[in-house]
Amino acid sequence: MQQYFYDIATFLGTRIQGDEQYKCWFSAEASDFVRFNRSVIRQPGHVRQMYLSLDLISGQRHAGSTIALGGDLASDRSLLDRAVDQLRAQLPDLPDDPHLLIATEVHSTEHRAASHLPPTGSMVDAVLTAARGYDLVGILAAGPVYRGFANSFGQRNWHEAASFNLDWSLCQARDKAVKTSYAGFEWNSAEFHAKFLDATQQLEMLKRAPITVPPGVYRAYLTPTALNEIVSMFNWDGFSEKSLRTKQSSLRRMRDEGLRFNPAVTLCENTAGGLAPGFQGDGFIKPARVVLLEHGNLTGSMVSPRTAMEYGIAANGADSDESMAAIDLAPGGLPMSQVLTALDTGIYVSNLWYLNFSDRANCRITGMTRFATFWVENGQIKAPLNVMRFDDSLFRLLGDNLIDLTQERELLIDGESYGERRTGSGHLPGALVKDFTFVL
Amino acid sequence: MLDSIRPLFKSLAPAVDFCSLRIVDEASEQIMVRQDVLQPLSTSIDRGAMVTIIHGGGYGYAATSDLTASGLKDAIARARAWAEASAGRSVVDYSAIALPRPSGRYAGPMAAGALTLSRKELIELLMRESRACKTDARIVDWYASLGITTSSQLYLSADGADVQQHFRYVVPNLAVTANQGADTQTRSLGGQYNGYCRQGGVEVLDHAGFYGAGKRIAEQALELLAAPNCPTGKMDVLLMPEQMMLQIHESIGHPIELDRILGDERNFAGTSFVTLDMFGHFQYGSALLNVTYDPTRPEQFASYRWDDEGQPAEKIHVIRDGVLERPLGGAISQARAGIAGVANARACSWNRAPIDRMANLNIEPGNTSLADMIRSVEYGVLMDTNVSWSIDDSRNKFQFGCESGRLIENGELKGVVKNPNYRGISESFWRSLKAVGDQSTFNVMGTPFCGKGEPSQVIRVGHASPACLFGNVDVFGGES
Repeated sequence: MQQYFYDIATFLGTRIQGDEQYKCWFSAEASDFVRFNRSVIRQPGHVRQMYLSLDLISGQRHAGSTIALGGDLASDRSLLDRAVDQLRAQLPDLPDDPHLLIATEVHSTEHRAASHLPPTGSMVDAVLTAARGYDLVGILAAGPVYRGFANSFGQRNWHEAASFNLDWSLCQARDKAVKTSYAGFEWNSAEFHAKFLDATQQLEMLKRAPITVPPGVYRAYLTPTALNEIVSMFNWDGFSEKSLRTKQSSLRRMRDEGLRFNPAVTLCENTAGGLAPGFQGDGFIKPARVVLLEHGNLTGSMVSPRTAMEYGIAANGADSDESMAAIDLAPGGLPMSQVLTALDTGIYVSNLWYLNFSDRANCRITGMTRFATFWVENGQIKAPLNVMRFDDSLFRLLGDNLIDLTQERELLIDGESYGERRTGSGHLPGALVKDFTFVL
Repeated sequence: MLDSIRPLFKSLAPAVDFCSLRIVDEASEQIMVRQDVLQPLSTSIDRGAMVTIIHGGGYGYAATSDLTASGLKDAIARARAWAEASAGRSVVDYSAIALPRPSGRYAGPMAAGALTLSRKELIELLMRESRACKTDARIVDWYASLGITTSSQLYLSADGADVQQHFRYVVPNLAVTANQGADTQTRSLGGQYNGYCRQGGVEVLDHAGFYGAGKRIAEQALELLAAPNCPTGKMDVLLMPEQMMLQIHESIGHPIELDRILGDERNFAGTSFVTLDMFGHFQYGSALLNVTYDPTRPEQFASYRWDDEGQPAEKIHVIRDGVLERPLGGAISQARAGIAGVANARACSWNRAPIDRMANLNIEPGNTSLADMIRSVEYGVLMDTNVSWSIDDSRNKFQFGCESGRLIENGELKGVVKNPNYRGISESFWRSLKAVGDQSTFNVMGTPFCGKGEPSQVIRVGHASPACLFGNVDVFGGES
């Protein structure tokens, strides 16, 4: 696949004319997707796709096109030729782009992890065998994912990794379930069975009669998975430099008024420790770390090349959406083994769901508890809790109401697959909070 | 291309219980002007095929962007291997399901031919509206955008199905953001998720009120900056179609999707408070509520003649006089559940398999004018254009926010209020429906962004609705 992409790059180099330059982004995968429901197979299949996003540049004018390729250069040449011709024909209609910033320094990189995946069918067999006697629903996604960048200055970047992501729930009844994921680059049966056993033990607790608590403020523990849902809301333009400058970021009051989170909150985009490619869509190399929140203060932002050009500042490897792809939240001082004791009486939140802003200016967010959420009394899990809606400002929740973060962190791999399988990840602790506001 | 693939597929199709080929060939163009600067022009050509094989009770698919004979051969082999691997351990005996074998052609409005405006003219139009937005120093961001997609889809089965459909989707938008101190307010043309999207040509821009929108939307954003927060309390809420589309989508559409009810989505998009035994008698809403699955409005965003498993699409009441009648489920889900559904097995593209999606889901107009609805309200809020949405995984406890509100006091519209939000529970909310607007309040809307499925899919949906009045709703505003 790498050679195919580099051959495309070479071919494109022969098609440009005069002062034209090109840059292109390659995204491909060969994925098995197997859906499960009721511990049997719902929908199994395979997707082989490859897309090239080509930008043709002449001076400050440029136009882009994304095309689906077949995978054989001999038959794809006509598609590429047509794309170049169409882009060239568009350029005269376009004005100069004052925010165009091109990566002219050549920084070629290569990351290739050899596949250690077993046949997908054997992973499916393991899942179905373990799931006997349970109600399992979810998906197994497996196979290689490829990302590449090339430009007419000679830069070549390649990222290739074969991974699997088994994302499943063991269901008790209606909306009561234990959600677990097992993801990685090598399937380890012992690790899978350990995770499955953990899930079955939590499932036992879900068999207790669920309770409902009235709306109000509660002490709560958020698992790393639940906290990741909250932190991921910062990817809705929170750290975007463009959004900060246009007063749309949910964190704008931190920059404009000096509001701050709890000093325990230190967050960075940790490309070096994440799973995403080390280069962005325009060919700029991502720094190893970009610190965004340091001891509760907003100290950084995600700056794309366009924003950098518009405001005359330095880009820092962000893609055009200026979101994080390798979330890294520093740990705290609470041992995970002490979480229930420290929670004492309150809500143990395994998962949150469907978050959205209810008042973006005040970083106020609403969302639901989901899956295995429990009512805890005197450090003991008493019963599963029926779903509750929260609505609270993160300036409170991650501010004065944050009691501590856990010492241990979990690596969470982004399992979403809208359009293509993601390469993002999060490395987060859990959080113990007080006065978490539940409203319905 | 579509014509040449027929004989190729026929020659390659294996001897199995069922084999289909679905081709999607889409060309898109996205134009956006932000703060009077044309953003990178983006076009795309997305073309590929999905082979589906049912054999020995098992089911398998394989999707590929390689449409050569070797590419299709490989896809057929992979689909067959998955069908064999899943035989005897699937949720249903797929071979026992009678999938339709339709034949025909369909073209949506303006599906073929060039637009009446050139790319250059469209850029000039967007630039003109963009330049009209900056009416005040407090306007801090703004954009005008237009997306145009033409889609050709071919569905073949080895034993006779042959359906070809063509569509053109037009997605206009414009949004303006104003800021003063800590307060930032955004107004948009039909919502930031493109509520005025439709099938057709440049007439979609007229329907959206695009011409002159820049100045108008900017004034509305500034108006919000000066407005007080929405009041808090239990009161009447009058929802305009720009919010009704979201209310329908989240608290009727998703809960009655049959695959959710069957449990397929419990790990991701969620389950449903609706159960199979509720169809035919459950009082979903007040007697004023009539909801239809309606693929027959050609201009609506998710209209089509056949779904992606070949089932012919027709208008069907899913809720009649408030009573839940049918789920939204395609042929496979219907067979699994033993209940009639609608033709809504749909895939977002060639690389995702069909699942139950809501397509066009509409509320039929009633007979109350907007003026009469307002006159009937002693104290309440009119809410317009969705900006925030959140609902539990059973699609029951919801909280939605709108861009703009207007107070209603003693039967009269009063001033604008900002940050209007409301929350409720789907299972009972629709029974508080007090009045349904007449045809004059009706608008045909939709969105390109409905997410669901494993692997995940974002699909086009349509929602047409009149304005609707609800009583005793829990309303609140932003932080003081």
